[in-house]
Amino acid sequence: MHFFEAVRMALRTIVTQKLKSFFSLLGVLVGVTFLIAVVSIVQGMNVYMEDKFANRLIGLNTFQLRRMPNIQTGDTPEETWREWQRRPRVTYADADYIETRLHTPALFSRFCSERLRVAYGSKSAKGIDIAGADAAYFQIKNYDLASGRPFTPQEVQAGTPVVVIGDLLAEKLFEGVDPIGKPLLIEGLPYRVVGVVEKQGTLFGISMDKFAVTPFNAPVRSRICAWNTLDEFHVQAANPASMVAAMDEVEAMMRIRRQLKPGQRSNFYLQTAEAALEGWHKIAAILFMALPGLVAISLVVGGIVIMNIMLMAVAERTREIGIRKALGAKRRDILAQFVVESATLSTVGAALGIGLGILLAFAVKAATPLPAAVAPWSVGVGVVLGIAVGMGAGIYPASRASRLDPITALRAE
Amino acid sequence: MSDLVIQIRELTREYVMGADRVHALRGVTLQIQRNEYVAIMGPSGSGKSTMMNILGCLDTPSAGEYWLNGQEVSRMVDDALARVRNREIGFVFQTFNLLPRATALENVELPLIYAGVSSKARRERAVSALQRVGLGDRIGHRPNELSGGQRQRVAIARALVNRPSILLADEPTGNLDSATSEEIMRVFGELHRQGQTVILVTHEADIAARANRVVVLRDGQLASDRLQPDRAAA
Ligand SMILES: Nc1ncnc2c1ncn2[C@@H]1O[C@H](COP(=O)(O)OP(=O)(O)O)[C@@H](O)[C@H]1O
Ligand SMILES: [Mg+2]
Repeated sequence: MHFFEAVRMALRTIVTQKLKSFFSLLGVLVGVTFLIAVVSIVQGMNVYMEDKFANRLIGLNTFQLRRMPNIQTGDTPEETWREWQRRPRVTYADADYIETRLHTPALFSRFCSERLRVAYGSKSAKGIDIAGADAAYFQIKNYDLASGRPFTPQEVQAGTPVVVIGDLLAEKLFEGVDPIGKPLLIEGLPYRVVGVVEKQGTLFGISMDKFAVTPFNAPVRSRICAWNTLDEFHVQAANPASMVAAMDEVEAMMRIRRQLKPGQRSNFYLQTAEAALEGWHKIAAILFMALPGLVAISLVVGGIVIMNIMLMAVAERTREIGIRKALGAKRRDILAQFVVESATLSTVGAALGIGLGILLAFAVKAATPLPAAVAPWSVGVGVVLGIAVGMGAGIYPASRASRLDPITALRAE
Repeated sequence: MSDLVIQIRELTREYVMGADRVHALRGVTLQIQRNEYVAIMGPSGSGKSTMMNILGCLDTPSAGEYWLNGQEVSRMVDDALARVRNREIGFVFQTFNLLPRATALENVELPLIYAGVSSKARRERAVSALQRVGLGDRIGHRPNELSGGQRQRVAIARALVNRPSILLADEPTGNLDSATSEEIMRVFGELHRQGQTVILVTHEADIAARANRVVVLRDGQLASDRLQPDRAAA
């Protein structure tokens, strides 16, 4: 008998027994919904963490030479913390040395920052992130300017008191006025606004626009970091491979500069977006490890339910089986009919699950900033699992049906 | 090939019921020619249905031989029997045995599905079988939308659709009133005239009277077997 014939027959049975069919495929539906929703949410989270979080926090293909990590994931033991505190700071000399000797092409920026007070006219704001950086900083952070211009290497060199401000600052302090060319007091020091960075939006609900960047040598530097030291030295490579190469080079240079012996632990830290993502990756790994188990449980339950439904169907349709056999259905015809029916039932469940999962993913996307994209592979896995569970669950009832004696089956009521 | 369609020798069928053995057939020997119209009669419990089921390859004998169209069917098992049922036999039941959720057309198409006939040819053949029994205008009806006589005609169309070498009917009018029975018997008579071999079970003498041969069973044995040549032409 033809495969499509069997599917058509199965679909008709499902349609005529809507409610019963719906309950029988609930398990598969839940399992597949879960699979689709969790995968798309976790993957959306991944995209979010990588694009919006790590790359925006640190910069694409960028690493930061630091005394110690400042993006913390998980607990740091007291001992480690004390060791970090004893480390020497990164110096101007370190930055110069690396910048002049690094073979891998890269962009560099010294970086210090502190939360300070700013004022324009009668308006002022506290706790604004004031950064001192080199001109390449805007490129490293991928900051586009909404208006004005970034500061130049010459202005960095000269320590010209100019400032590029974040969108929130422009909005709050310069409400209704064009901030370009306006005077801004940073901790009482007079600056001139030359640019406004395009709105960066929020990250986990925290505004990313509450900052101002000044040339590294500008007057406020003395309030940001101690003489001759840096919070961070940013290095941006062209691609992930050259970033790794640059990191190896910097690691080696710093070890030489600090006269570390082989085997001795490095007393500095190269912070990457990857490091910032470590904690998230742990959570994602746990979710992805738990997922197959949870999906498997619902599918096994779903399979058992379908098997029972199919056993009931075989019992209820004994007479039909007798009729079919009397008309020439072979064992394999009956077997195929019920296996296909079971697989169709389960696949319909999987399809509904996929739909519901996608709906859930979109609901999450609408309600949160997560770009919950549905992973095509999870849809494929859902369909395959649906078919497999249905076939697995259908084989036993179908083989019972196929073995029925025609006369006995015909006599059933 | 001879005109012998059915040949049974010393056919025996025993049912084991716990400690008891029921001898439903005790050595029946019989031959049926092509285009015969045979009525099987006998009191209730005499083994008529048992014999029909064996002739229809729905059941197998405990002993003895059954040859259908030169093939020894009594030695076949399962799938081979299913094939014979599908190709050689049209069976009409007292209780119609139609699929309740399928239309008349779909019911008639069933044997063709198992014969592997393509869907287009299937439809054509099923429609023409329904037309043969006078139901060409009822093909889309489900059994519960049809009268008893119409249902039985759908069942006959289904039995005919694979052009079987024998048409078996076990008390086909048992569930019908006399007017409807008359209508069904006319269909059988017409099919016989067109060359179909017909074997039917009945315990009504006027129905048996239409056949050209009457076989009577009693206690699982052949009690009589007589030709009615005068009726054959009728
Ligand atoms: N499946 C069965 N199990 C046990 N005994 C049976 C079975 N089928 C028929 N019989 C017995 O075999 C005998 C013949 O039955 P059957 O062929 O149905 O008679 P008829 O159709 O002539 O009325 C009866 O005694 C009946 O009780
Ligand atoms: Mg009977």
